[in-house]
Amino acid sequence: MANYVDIIELYRGKKGGIIEAFHALQNEFNYIPEEALGLAAKTFGISEAEAYGVATFYSYLSVKPRGKYIIRMCESAPCHIAGADRVVKAIEDYLGINVGETTADGKFTFELCECIGQCQATPVVTINSEPVFNVSPEQIPEILSACK
Amino acid sequence: MAQEYRVLLEYADKINPASAADYINVGGYKGLEKARGMERKALIEEVKKSGLRGRGGAGFNAGMKWSFVPQDAPVKYVVCNLDEGEPGTYKDRIICQKNAQALLEGMAICGAAIGSSQGYIYCRGEYPFVVDLLRRAIESAKAEGALGDFDIEVRMGAGAYVCGEETALIESIEGHRGEPRFKPPFPGVEGLWGVPTVVNNVETFACLPYILTRGAEWFAGIGAPKYPGTKIVTLTGDVVNTTWFEVPTDMTLREVIFELGGGVKNGKKFKAVQVGGTSGAFIPEANLDCPIDFDSMGNIGAALGSGAVLVLDETRDIVDVVTRISKFFEHESCGKCNPCREGTFRCREIMERINNGNGSEKDIENLQVLSKVMQKAALCGLGQAAPIPIDSTIKHFKHEYLRKLVVTSGKGGH
Ligand SMILES: Cc1cc2nc3c(=O)[nH]c(=O)nc-3n(C[C@H](O)[C@H](O)[C@H](O)COP(=O)(O)O)c2cc1C
Ligand code: SF4
Ligand code: FES
Repeated sequence: MANYVDIIELYRGKKGGIIEAFHALQNEFNYIPEEALGLAAKTFGISEAEAYGVATFYSYLSVKPRGKYIIRMCESAPCHIAGADRVVKAIEDYLGINVGETTADGKFTFELCECIGQCQATPVVTINSEPVFNVSPEQIPEILSACK
Repeated sequence: MAQEYRVLLEYADKINPASAADYINVGGYKGLEKARGMERKALIEEVKKSGLRGRGGAGFNAGMKWSFVPQDAPVKYVVCNLDEGEPGTYKDRIICQKNAQALLEGMAICGAAIGSSQGYIYCRGEYPFVVDLLRRAIESAKAEGALGDFDIEVRMGAGAYVCGEETALIESIEGHRGEPRFKPPFPGVEGLWGVPTVVNNVETFACLPYILTRGAEWFAGIGAPKYPGTKIVTLTGDVVNTTWFEVPTDMTLREVIFELGGGVKNGKKFKAVQVGGTSGAFIPEANLDCPIDFDSMGNIGAALGSGAVLVLDETRDIVDVVTRISKFFEHESCGKCNPCREGTFRCREIMERINNGNGSEKDIENLQVLSKVMQKAALCGLGQAAPIPIDSTIKHFKHEYLRKLVVTSGKGGH
């Protein structure tokens, strides 16, 4: 596993690069660890409070640990009318957790999101940003059991 | 029979969008060559004359916007808005996936017009694969020497609808929370890192190569005279063909939905269409013969917006859909100004009450007052547009609200 110090160093000197650095940290750790956030703040010359403010503004960034697979269900109007609610229920049932939680084994985190721009094939779920199209509640066990 | 008119997407799936060589083979980068041979002023005049207006929602004349940029500023930026957060919209993704080089060429043309050598593309975090594609496309264009001294960097957003607002987008590129700035100063005068910046939508930029090669008159002659050209629309919801189409701007909504779109799914009847994304108005059947161009849509109290077309069939519960939309705005409000932070919260609260069968006529009146306040007093377009779905459905589908109210006087409940 790459070291957060090295990751942040890659973005030093890039104007406005803290969000890019956060993305890179999340690619590695699935969230932004507290020490990494502190170091990023120092590297980009802002206070830790400000860096925290940035990290918590964006729904894609998380300052809390998350699972290996981040499952997100789109809830925007086109997915809503295509039955997003029922898919949410199926995911919660299958994983045994509620929205916003992570499974005890640290494998899955389940989140809601807004439109991801794939509304030609609603409802849409993403697994680590990969979209899965035209999802029905019945397909959920098959889709999630494929995450090893 | 209404037909597509493909300009930006003529070579969709026929060329590799990342390859500058493929694009050059079908006439690409000729527009930039021509632009570079022109005086800056004449180039801006040409774009003005084409009548090209912003495709990101506000419909501002592109050449006019560029003309506000001070000529003598030493550093200026060209920024492409690829935030595409408006639910139901996927046209900018399609433009990139089918014709990314046209976007790059369009940005370089803008660079030539305002005297900028640095462009940024702000791509939403939901499209990491588009970020990859664009980076490869830029590499390829550089390797072909197609962009000359114009450089483009791709930055990725992180899931915030408000970052589509141009000043919030600039804040985000600067590495801050994406909160809109007060305007003026407009970005054209004081934008990214305080210097003059042109922000345009993907589709706006992608029109430019064709305007330059085929001429301003040619473009001005397509579709509606006051909002000429083509528009890429994305169909979603209860329509047979949920896909994209590139159409002349004088095509009517009825043609888009019933001819290209194949009509309502499963043999059901049409109830409403929401155009322009989740911040758009709901339009009843009676207004379907309206052309999709910016001004015609404005005349029926709606907006073309991003060109998203969400169709609802006769069985859909309008109040439920609008309740869901009110949650979207509560979630996406950045909280900087009070009318929106508090207003989107109250809209959601009241809509939920009505949707759950606990609302009263007073709630509907309050929503209408709140809507006026938000449209007038919110700082940015998010808070101003948030009540529009509510307002337009109270106007056109009031019976659906009344049906859900608590039965007190015998007025509701049937
Ligand atoms: C809340 C909000 C979200 C917006 N989202 C987008 C967007 O995703 N893409 C876009 O091009 N413009 C968006 N806009 C409009 C931009 O502020 C701006 O007008 C546009 O990028 C200008 O480009 P254009 O003149 O080429 O349309 C949004 C505006 C608001 C208020
Ligand atoms: S209108 Fe809403 S999104 Fe816009 S600045 Fe105000 S609080 Fe933020
Ligand atoms: S509404 Fe769900 S992907 Fe667009």
